[in-house]
Amino acid sequence: MPATGLPRRDGPAVELDGASVRVGGRVVWRDVSLTVARGEFVALLGANGSGKSTLLKVLLGAQRLQAGSVRVLGGAPGESSRAIGYLPQRRSFDQGTRLRGIDIVRLGLDGDRWGLPLAPPWSAGSARRRRAARERVAEVIEMVGAGSYARRAIGELSGGEQQRLLIAQALVRRPELLLLDEPLDSLDLPNQASVAGLVEDICRGAGVAVLLVAHDVNPLLPYLDRVVYLARGRAVEGPVEQVITSETLTRLYGLPVEVLRASDGRLVVVGQPEAPAHHHDRHAHAAAHGHSHAHAG
Amino acid sequence: MPADIANPRLSWNLAQDVSELLEYHFMTNALLAGAIVAVIAGLIGWLMVLRRETFAGHTLSLMAFPGASSAALLGVPAAWGYFAFCGVGALAIGRLSGGERRAWSEESAGIGAVQAVALAAGFLFVSLYGGVLGDLENLLFGNPIGVSDGQVLLLAAVAVVALLVLGAIGRPLLFASIDPHVAGARGVPVGALSSTFLLLLGLAVAATSQITGVLLVFALLVGPPATAQAITARPLLSLGLTVVFGLFVVWLGLGISYFSVYPAGFFIATISFAVYVLARVLVAARAWRSYGRPRRPPAPEPSPSGVIA
Repeated sequence: MPATGLPRRDGPAVELDGASVRVGGRVVWRDVSLTVARGEFVALLGANGSGKSTLLKVLLGAQRLQAGSVRVLGGAPGESSRAIGYLPQRRSFDQGTRLRGIDIVRLGLDGDRWGLPLAPPWSAGSARRRRAARERVAEVIEMVGAGSYARRAIGELSGGEQQRLLIAQALVRRPELLLLDEPLDSLDLPNQASVAGLVEDICRGAGVAVLLVAHDVNPLLPYLDRVVYLARGRAVEGPVEQVITSETLTRLYGLPVEVLRASDGRLVVVGQPEAPAHHHDRHAHAAAHGHSHAHAG
Repeated sequence: MPADIANPRLSWNLAQDVSELLEYHFMTNALLAGAIVAVIAGLIGWLMVLRRETFAGHTLSLMAFPGASSAALLGVPAAWGYFAFCGVGALAIGRLSGGERRAWSEESAGIGAVQAVALAAGFLFVSLYGGVLGDLENLLFGNPIGVSDGQVLLLAAVAVVALLVLGAIGRPLLFASIDPHVAGARGVPVGALSSTFLLLLGLAVAATSQITGVLLVFALLVGPPATAQAITARPLLSLGLTVVFGLFVVWLGLGISYFSVYPAGFFIATISFAVYVLARVLVAARAWRSYGRPRRPPAPEPSPSGVIA
């Protein structure tokens, strides 16, 4: 049962139909259709600047579509923000941040409630609610395996430890949909694997739909239901073995791209145009794309 | 029987010295005003330190110069000028520093610009006034002994307003301060809270400068919160310690200055600094003692399953 107090609506977790987005005159992507079912684990892949984070913003209601339609948890985006757990792109807390991990998680639970911070003990009738909140926070911290360090100042923790606490923060309200923006970025390989496994446990165990933005699909390979690949303003979705192939990616990029499978099962994409080094180039590149799309459309 | 005001003597009997202090109306006013200021400067300063907005706080403290000089020009009490200019300065900083999507370089440039124009305005008011600002020293270093009943009332009113606003917006403000992106996604109005906080900071700075003067506001605005945050990462305990340290610093500073020939601002700032240094030394000593010992058992990392290189 969702603890959000909202009536749970029917419909898939995410539904985009013929969606296009334009940011600052540039078409980021167009005619994208995709569905994430309830309880599904889907990765959103693509090079830098391909519009992955923009897609999450659309789902959060922070970015309007230019065309097409979007439904999130059966409603308009932004309507059900209480039922969405969101982890923004890699942020790490400054070393001098003097709040504990447990406080950061607690803010995820009721940080948007107006009134006194961390209700004073003498406020009447709130003892039961406070205990429930404390128990819920302890429960998610246990779930992400952060129990041994949740009471230390967040700034003193390692990147992997902070990431687990931030996932706990995103989970604390029992969301029906988790939007995770590059949660594996800048973690070392063992931590990437264990955080990916943690997200899978949450997805399967609590039936939460997960849309996870990633650079590299490899740490996620054992767990994913499907992937969405964004490139050149278009998207392909499907199971990993159908999307991450030489054929599909060559068609998507319009360039010869080769996908190799290493003996340990890892996928290596060769020839994928990475984001250009200079911002200037990137804008020129993007403008050229926008232009070609305008003609194609 | 009250001792000679011109020549107070420390009797080394604490109860007798304190009761001597409290016999003078000007001293009770000073202690009262100091306590009010210690509480609001501490609480708002705690958030300022957490939000890393000390440069904004510093600029707001300098608003006292145009504030006092315009008040002199208009013939109104200096405190009115302080509060008016701190409010205007807070709004200007909020507008210019980019609100929600603040980049540090942009923000500090905006604040610097506000600071320069405010000091220029103060300079203009002084030349229009055509004389020397009488209480320049009070402006810079404060004059807690000269706090009037009206000033105590004004400070109390400001404190009540600030505490009510802080109580109402406290939790979302903490959320937006520590984690603006997630707070924004949860519907917390991050930009509006940022502007509201700057206004509160303006109020706190204007109130504090009545006691410590413009140059020493950080003795109460930064010292006690930084000390508390060095000691603990628990938010409620940290806020509580901030108020305790603030009251300790102000009352001890005022008390010592009564029995001394030196000004209160000096003692307040020095005690604030000493408490901070002491706390840092104790925290460092604690860390040093536990150095080499594992602080906690190493977290059992789940063995990396699946595929890694």
